[in-house]
Amino acid sequence: MDPVSFWATPVGWTLITVGQILLITVGVLVGVAFLLLADRKVWASVQMRKGPNVVGPFGLLQSFADMIKFVLKEVVIPAGADKAVFIIAPIITVILAFMAWAVIPFAPGWVVSDLNVGILYIFAVSSLGVYGIIMGGWASNSKYPFLGSLRSAAQMVSYEVSLGLIIINVILLAGTMNLSKIVEAQSGYFWNWFAFGGGAGTWPLVVILFPMSIIFFISALAETNRPPFDLPEAESELVAGYQVEYSSTPYLLFMMGEYVNIVFMSAMITLLFFGGWNPGFLSQSFLEGLPAWIAYTIYLLTFVTKTVFWFLCISLVKAFVPRYRYDQLMRLGWKVFLPTSLVAVVIVSAWRVFVVGA
Amino acid sequence: MLQSIAFFLLAAVATVSGLLVVTARNPVHSVLWLILAFFSSAGLFVLLGAEFLAMLLVVVYVGAVAVLFLFVVMMLDVDFVKLREGYARYLPFGAIISGVLLAEMIMVSVAVVQGGATNGRTPVEPSLDVTNVQAIGRVLYTDYIYFFQAAGIVLLIAMIGAITLTLRHKPHIKRQNITDQVNRDRNKSVEVKSAQSGQGVSAEELL
Repeated sequence: MDPVSFWATPVGWTLITVGQILLITVGVLVGVAFLLLADRKVWASVQMRKGPNVVGPFGLLQSFADMIKFVLKEVVIPAGADKAVFIIAPIITVILAFMAWAVIPFAPGWVVSDLNVGILYIFAVSSLGVYGIIMGGWASNSKYPFLGSLRSAAQMVSYEVSLGLIIINVILLAGTMNLSKIVEAQSGYFWNWFAFGGGAGTWPLVVILFPMSIIFFISALAETNRPPFDLPEAESELVAGYQVEYSSTPYLLFMMGEYVNIVFMSAMITLLFFGGWNPGFLSQSFLEGLPAWIAYTIYLLTFVTKTVFWFLCISLVKAFVPRYRYDQLMRLGWKVFLPTSLVAVVIVSAWRVFVVGA
Repeated sequence: MLQSIAFFLLAAVATVSGLLVVTARNPVHSVLWLILAFFSSAGLFVLLGAEFLAMLLVVVYVGAVAVLFLFVVMMLDVDFVKLREGYARYLPFGAIISGVLLAEMIMVSVAVVQGGATNGRTPVEPSLDVTNVQAIGRVLYTDYIYFFQAAGIVLLIAMIGAITLTLRHKPHIKRQNITDQVNRDRNKSVEVKSAQSGQGVSAEELL
């Protein structure tokens, strides 16, 4: 039996898919471990501290030490808690955070599931993310977690609306919901990226799309409950929001899910607006002329670099923007972002129909 | 083979969680089971090749509507013991209603099979060159455009109705005006008074 036919059989197909899933899960986990450290280092250097620097060289192993500490601690479940829901909540958060990575293309063809409705899938999974927080807050049977989870539910549902409308702009320009094809539509030089108008025919739309990419970035902060929109866990008012009653491994799962989501959102900004795996300064024909392994290394490194760049932007925002008040957060979401992105959708679709042609 | 395993798994989960929605003691658990039922039905849609509808089901029902259900149910202060009291009393009534519903649905499906639109026709395989989204878009914005627009208008009216019902202008509430705050400068907020030495400034002058 030659290997090609084996990988096409159900067994081979299952094996290769499980292998891909494991590769991405482990890759993202290790990446998150170092990005968490990077987050703390960035935060520290803005405040002119050194940050974690004891475990390993430059504190590189800090995240792993933290993980071992969390796992070895005792799991405390409050007496009044709804035990089943209390335990399920962090698990759901982590599973959903990883599920979304299934449709992220790291390089041409390097994706676990090349769904035609990739963007909708991401949208569906991220809209489920709110359940982990709501269930955790409710099951704790305590005031602060409950308030935190209520805030979070309202916040995430509100900002999803503007995220969805901004994504519609990109779908209209690319003409597909498949993430790989959206990135292919931005191939070539950087002026083909959707943040800079999407190349020939639609370049005047840069006036709309560049602000849209910034609004997407801000909405992503709100969607992942990052500062300045970390109202669900605002430590000055709610102690730590929905996480108050959590300890040990369940808490670790919540925190891991949160960081995986943040990295995921950075990847989304990269894919939708900043060309995904396309380096932007090399021509498409030059890249295709290179040996495959060099080209794919360039693609992968480009994608990772861009994602890390956006992650560092998110950590910088955490370091120097003060927290929003809750009503201001809602005002920004519903009265500023929603109308703006709605107008953008109208203009972009009009341009698509009357200037570019269907 | 794999497909039928997936179908029976999803169908079983959907049915069992649907049953648990009714029998769960805690209303919050009921809503959580309902979410599981929605989610499994979305899986059934994927098996049918309707991935667009599946994703919409998850985004709209699970991601938004069920969150609001959960919101409301969590806020309710329910006495679980009292809630269970009426269970036996309403059981016959509920059984009659579900029996009638079941009979009606069986009759309707039999009628559709024998004399409806699908009578004597085999289902058409979805063509592979057209994606779900395109296929739905082609009929939704051509043949059914008036119904589509009418549905949109109904939703708009419902939305306006909900807003008018709940909107109350309370006159005595201090509201924040962001533009005013941003445009506030030194000239508007600070006034410099020259105070004579030995005399000071009286309270009336400051007003």
